Amino acid sequence: MKFLKFLLVGIFFGIVLVKSEAVSWYRIFEMFKFQSFHMYGIIGSAVVLGAISVWAIKKFSVKSIEGKEINLPPKDKSFTRYILGGTIFGLGWALAGACPGPMYILLGAGFFSMLIVIAAATLGTFAYGLLRNKLPH
Amino acid sequence: MVFLIYFGKTFGMSSNLRTFCSIGGAGKYSDFFKFDWKAQRWNLTVVLGAIIGGFIAVNFLSDGSAINLNPQTISDLKELGFENAGASILPGEIYDWSNALSLKGLAILIAAGFLVGFGTRYAGGCTSGHAITGLSNLQLPSLIAVIGFFVGGLIMTHFLLPLIF
Repeated sequence: MKFLKFLLVGIFFGIVLVKSEAVSWYRIFEMFKFQSFHMYGIIGSAVVLGAISVWAIKKFSVKSIEGKEINLPPKDKSFTRYILGGTIFGLGWALAGACPGPMYILLGAGFFSMLIVIAAATLGTFAYGLLRNKLPH
Repeated sequence: MVFLIYFGKTFGMSSNLRTFCSIGGAGKYSDFFKFDWKAQRWNLTVVLGAIIGGFIAVNFLSDGSAINLNPQTISDLKELGFENAGASILPGEIYDWSNALSLKGLAILIAAGFLVGFGTRYAGGCTSGHAITGLSNLQLPSLIAVIGFFVGGLIMTHFLLPLIF
């Protein structure tokens, strides 16, 4: 039962992203062409809602469901890794039209060729793990 | 994401790819994959949920209507050779098996996936971890990463896609 809530979050996430069309390759293309506000609206409203929530959690020291202190780990300070990694990710995102969340949702939606993308993404992560010490961060 | 924070976790889908590597025994090759993947089972459960959510949304909550794209987008795609843009969630030109298994199609899917997997770990997060969780938490690194996402995405959409298709 401990996992049920995570399963429900995943189901909710999947349904919302399909219904909002954020899983669509076409919507990603349209976003990078700046031809629609659609994706910016989705990401923007998620960020605004998220920012307000994070602010409120910190302000009122809200405890998690397990009664623990909530800590959002700050990201490591750096520039190189974020700009280079981000750019590499962006190239793949615009080509596949799917990032690491929608890949699974689309698989569930019946696009089984997405398995190739997921396998390749796992391989990409593996390659990063091997090269990590040689890359500038 | 708010739910996950409340549950004492952080929202980040791409971490699962690293978990897959660990499960597959990648710890033998790099310390990066030597961690207790069982502690990540909650996130794998989110993945399972996302698959189920995708199934439910498409099979029970959709009427099959087309995506209401900008007409300019549709005509731009037509020039690239994409017919019926928006009629389905994904373009058959990339994801139909007949194309996905052609040499070119397979290369596209593998290259795209590899870039996503490599880039997301290098940048330390993806759309969920950086653009949504990171920006919500007002993290400068996440803003840099999101700028990177756009640099890459714009290069692909405006310069590379026309060369590929």
